[in-house]
This record gives sequence, structure tokens and C-alpha cells, in this order.
Amino acid sequence: MKPAAFDYIRARSLDEATALLRAEGGDARILAGGQSLMAMINMRLVRPTLLIDVMQVPDAATPRLEGGALVVPLGTRQAAVLARPTLAAEVPLLAQALPWVGHVQTRARGTVCGSVAHADPSAEIPLVLAALGGAVHIRGRKRRIVPVAEFLTGMMQTALTDGELIEAVSFPCHTGGQAFAEYGRRHGDFALVAVAAVVSGPAVRLAVGGVNDTPALRDWPALDEAQIDDALNDLAWSLEARTDLHATARLRRDLVRRLGRHVIERARACA
Amino acid sequence: MRLTAAQRHKVSITLNGQTVTAEAEPRLLLSDFLRQTLAARGTHVGCEHGVCGACTVLIDGAPARSCLTLAVQADGCRVDTVEGLAPATGRLSALQAAFQRHHALQCGFCTPGILMSMDHLLAHDPTPDEARIREVLSGHLCRCTGYHPIIAAVTEAAARIQAETNHA
Repeated sequence: MKPAAFDYIRARSLDEATALLRAEGGDARILAGGQSLMAMINMRLVRPTLLIDVMQVPDAATPRLEGGALVVPLGTRQAAVLARPTLAAEVPLLAQALPWVGHVQTRARGTVCGSVAHADPSAEIPLVLAALGGAVHIRGRKRRIVPVAEFLTGMMQTALTDGELIEAVSFPCHTGGQAFAEYGRRHGDFALVAVAAVVSGPAVRLAVGGVNDTPALRDWPALDEAQIDDALNDLAWSLEARTDLHATARLRRDLVRRLGRHVIERARACA
Repeated sequence: MRLTAAQRHKVSITLNGQTVTAEAEPRLLLSDFLRQTLAARGTHVGCEHGVCGACTVLIDGAPARSCLTLAVQADGCRVDTVEGLAPATGRLSALQAAFQRHHALQCGFCTPGILMSMDHLLAHDPTPDEARIREVLSGHLCRCTGYHPIIAAVTEAAARIQAETNHA
């Protein structure tokens, strides 16, 4: 349970970090808050030759409003975003979901971008980003902005290529109602099922995490009381719910139906 | 500057108010740096992948898993551990004394981490309700107490600290 050997460097700029990534080939990893990566390194599931610490990069810890979105750069810790006084007005879904991310003790170190880079199927932050139609700002030799639905390519797999890092993620500030809920065995555990609803007029979007390898999205142009149960039942059966040590596929489908209804009703109430 | 894997590099931290400097390979965890290099063995090491919370310390004033932090990452940081809680040798802090009174520890393995989280909680939220205490406690595993005595101890410590503050 001790890490294998690696070199370590504190990058002073993102240009330096990306140059190091390129020079090292595929064996370097970006180290931000370390709340996912360090656990994998301790268990030697990941054995990088170089860790590039980006937490000292100037301006990386300050989120900003830009183009109708909250842009969160790579050095921003989850606790700092949660403590932002205006968060509930800017991105209510993120304000609701962040308290479910790990624990106080991990949010103090873990970063928002790091959670997206880790791409755990149960993770709340990628789910919120997907529900809102957010984007991932990637930097390598060039910069590109990728919609999160294209960025998350599989279980803990992303569209990042060698030499690239996540510079920031952007959460669109919508005006409609938003609600988040999840169920896990204990607070802070990985969610068995997490759901996020975004409503805008009659339209409803539901994002489901913890079931498929990546957040599952479903949009309904309208959803009245007579349709909602059937719609959620269809959604639940369309997912790839699996039985594992933690829950049966049946429980997961049931959670999609129940939590789904719950968040849609809550999102409508605050729309 | 690139710190190479095979060599040890100078790391300075302010440990419980005192600046200490020692050497660490890049792969050395802060938990092991504290215990093995600096001989500050109050911090315990449990799961070593960030789940159990036994190794929780304060880094620059915020609770953190020292097993998920490298010693070289902590270079230049303030680190506070359980050794720094007691006001003087032979005396306990209000929180520590409440743990003793309420039997909030049995084997004591998880206790240093829990004390650091709760000390931080009371410093920032002097009147936490039970839900808040439980939320912070959810970041720790205790296999002996069933958690209730811990909640009772923190609740009482909060009240005592409040009373003392008001009195002063």
C-alpha cells in the first residue's frame, strides 16, 4: 500500500505542465487534489513515472463567470466551490450535489476538474456537468472545448489524449428548476444511484449516474402526471443496471424510478 | 524543479507551530513522513487509500487525509496533528477531555483523525447540531464505539467551550 517510485514536479504554468506531459509520453500524470489519483497510486493501480503537481499554477484556484457559465479551473478545490456564496444562485444543481461528494475531509483537497478527469461512473460532479450540458476545456499543444457527453467515453475513461490536461470545466447557468438526489449505503459512499433533473418550461431532462459507465441522459419535451411513471419505468429498463456486491439491478432500477420522480417534482417546484 | 524518484529532497513543514525540515523521497506519503521521519506517531495509518480517516490531519487549516498527500506536496504547508491539541503536557483540550468522559474511544486507533476533524469543526462552527457532527464524522470509520459516544462527546465539548467563551 505504498506508492511505487516516481519523480515529482510543481508546475509553475499550464504550458510547463503540458510540455512535461508531452516529454514524458503516456507515463506522467497530473496531480491536483489527489483524492482519487493518490488512492490509485497507493494501491499501485496506477504507476506514473512523473507526477506534475498543478496546484501552484497561478489563477488556477479561482472560478469565474464567463459566457453564461461558471468556469472552474483545474486548481479549484471542491470545498472552495461549495463555499462560494453565490453558487446556489449560479449553478443550483452543483450547490445541491457538492455536499454529497466524498466527505468534508476529502472535499478540502479534492478538485472539481480532478473528479471529471477521474470519470468514476458514480461521481456526482461529472453527472451534474452532464445534466447541465457543460463542457471540458482541454489544453495540450492546442486548446479545445469538448461537451462533457463526448468527454466521458467509458468507465474511468475520457477523451483526453497523451499530452493533454483539463484546464477547466464550465457549468452553464440555467434559469430553470434543478434538483439532485442520490442513494448510497452511507453518506459519502459512492452512490448506488444518483439523479439530477433540469426543467425548463414543460421540458424535462434527467441525468442518471451510478448505473451505466457514464451519466445517462434522457430528455422529454413534456412530461405530465399521467406519463411520468411510464416514462421513468422506460428509462429505468433502458439502462444497463447490473447486480453487484452493493445492490441488485432491480434495486437500481427502482431507485431510478423513485429518485427520478422525486427530483423532477423538486425541480418543478423551484422552476 | 524536478524532484527525482531515487533521491531524497528537503521538505519543510510547520508542524504544530514549529518549523521542521527533513528529507523525503517523492513517493513518501505525508502520513509516513510524520510517523517515520519526524517521529510524530500520534497520527495513525489505517487503510492508506483515503477511506478510514484515521490519518486525518489539518493541512493549512483544513482537514485532509495524510495518506492521500505526499510529503513533497506539503512542503511549505502548515500541518497540525493530534500532538498539538493538548494545551500543555498532562492536560487535555476540552474536546479530548469530553472523549475521555464519554468513552468516545475504545481501542483508540481512529481517535487521532476524529479529534482533528472535530477540533476543526468546533473552531469553525462552535454550535454544530447533531446532523452536522454526524456529517463530519461520516468521514471516519470507528469499529468499537458505534459512534454515539463520539457524538455525545463532541456535543458536550461544544457546550463547554461555549460556556467558557461566554464566561471569559
